[in-house]
Amino acid sequence: MWTLIQIELFKIFRRPRTYIAFAAITGLIGIIQFGLKLDGDSYVEFMMRDITSSITVEGKILNGYQVCYIVLQVLLVHVPLLIALVAADMISGEANMGTLRIMLTRPISRTKFLLAKFMATVAYTLLLLVWLAVLALFVNMLLFGTDDLFLLKSQYVVLLKKDDIFWRYVWAFGFAALAMTTVASLGFLFSLFAENSIGPIVATMSVIIFFTILSTLNIPVFNTIKPFLFTTHMIGWKEFFDIKVNDANEAIVGSIQNSQKIMNSALVLVIHIIGFVTASILIFRKKDILS
Amino acid sequence: MQAIVNVKGLTKQFKNLTAVQDLSFSVNEGDVYGFLGQNGAGKSTTIRMLATLISPTDGEIEIFGLKLEDHRNEILREVGAVIEKPDVYKYLSAYENLKLFARLSGVKITHEKLMKQLDQVGLASRAKDTVKTFSQGMKQRLGIAIALVHNPKLIILDEPTNGLDPQGIADIRNLILHLSRDLNKTLIVSSHLLSEIEQVATRVLIIDKGKKIIEGNAEELFDPAQTIVELQTFDNVYALEQLQISPWNTHLQKQRDTAILIKLDRQLISQLHRDLVDMDIQVLSLQPRHSLEDYFLQVTSGNQHVDTYSN
Repeated sequence: MWTLIQIELFKIFRRPRTYIAFAAITGLIGIIQFGLKLDGDSYVEFMMRDITSSITVEGKILNGYQVCYIVLQVLLVHVPLLIALVAADMISGEANMGTLRIMLTRPISRTKFLLAKFMATVAYTLLLLVWLAVLALFVNMLLFGTDDLFLLKSQYVVLLKKDDIFWRYVWAFGFAALAMTTVASLGFLFSLFAENSIGPIVATMSVIIFFTILSTLNIPVFNTIKPFLFTTHMIGWKEFFDIKVNDANEAIVGSIQNSQKIMNSALVLVIHIIGFVTASILIFRKKDILS
Repeated sequence: MQAIVNVKGLTKQFKNLTAVQDLSFSVNEGDVYGFLGQNGAGKSTTIRMLATLISPTDGEIEIFGLKLEDHRNEILREVGAVIEKPDVYKYLSAYENLKLFARLSGVKITHEKLMKQLDQVGLASRAKDTVKTFSQGMKQRLGIAIALVHNPKLIILDEPTNGLDPQGIADIRNLILHLSRDLNKTLIVSSHLLSEIEQVATRVLIIDKGKKIIEGNAEELFDPAQTIVELQTFDNVYALEQLQISPWNTHLQKQRDTAILIKLDRQLISQLHRDLVDMDIQVLSLQPRHSLEDYFLQVTSGNQHVDTYSN
């Protein structure tokens, strides 16, 4: 199995397409960093325009942690497309090249073959998120320094102490990895049904867009299905930045306001991953290879 | 000779299309088994079933005495296949492709052996070049090198000369003969060109519309002295009964509807005619077919289906 995963990773990282996602993330984060380095004060002024009269904030608001949060908010919506570029190509791309035939005439069970491909897709997803973390967190910490994190929520503000932030990012990236793995497993499932990768990529993104719209629409009739849509839970990483307060309305360092919600979201995502991968295996085992 | 491939009653149904119907044949050890039929005859579907790419709707495949359904991996360790086009990873070099498929086949192979394999198919000098720079003939030879990398006993080549120029066709033909004669491999080679099969095959199966037309030794089928005569009578059922109890029984090839096919030496046609009269069979026509090519074209372009009686 390890040999199979190694072979799949070798194939993924020898394809130019793989590096599009890494280049795109580098470029996008670079632009955000450039803009904020150049005109960050204006951005902060704009962000704080409604509350400067009611509260006074001391210290450096635009620090590495703040920029990382901005980057994640902007980018994690688009990363699924970059994941789908590779995940939705895993089987369909092989069918398109004709290599699926030669692969499946080797003495490897189809289940092992598929699992190795999925594991390689997950490895790619994780590497992409590690790259995102390096650029969005570590590089921003170097470029902008570190300080407390000030977050404006819709009805309240959150102020996290400088020493109480890093671990939250580690968990947030971990959760984002789970969410992106769900996207990867969906793209992977769709890749079984096509002989070129365009269809599965479009199908994956269509499902994500459709479900995201359903998840965000405030129409009561959709409320019953929202908890079951994986898109509802993909933004669960933000929960790591909500903090508990005590009776005196003081923040409890090291706490998470709603850890149960995070657990529930993670569970829904894991169930989706298992469901998509199991369906992929069941379909692929019986599939006639006609490409 | 030991049969290493045994196919019984193989059928594949795709929704409303029966691609292969009740097909039975066997391949002996050391054979170059020519699998002949026009495009769409069911050759590729059958070969894909042998290579486990397609599941049969019905029937049984045994390879090396083991059921393919139950011993897939065990069997595939001894099988090398190039199905249709020899598609490999175009962004990898010939050497990397070969190494990758060797690892997939569970073979630990040295650099020297890999280069030797490439040399065997005339690609050693292009080992480091990416496959996207290769001609169709070079890709075909690389495909064969990949099929051979784990030293299989049985090699399946589906339309190996498709899209090749005359030199490429000759190269593949020589490679097939080398594998058979020098390395004692058993090969199943499909083609829609009788002339190609004729030059390499030791046994031949002709199929049309998913059904077996004829199976036999290539020497007999391609023997220019041998011919197939098409017999039409007033009562084919009676004629067939009489022929079955006569010495002509071993020459019979049956046609289901309008005629009876008999394979014989050309010199025996007049004897056959005399015997038919003696058996009180009222002959409408007795037409010799000039060659297997003629016969092949006739049976595979019409709506007729015949089965072998003997062989």
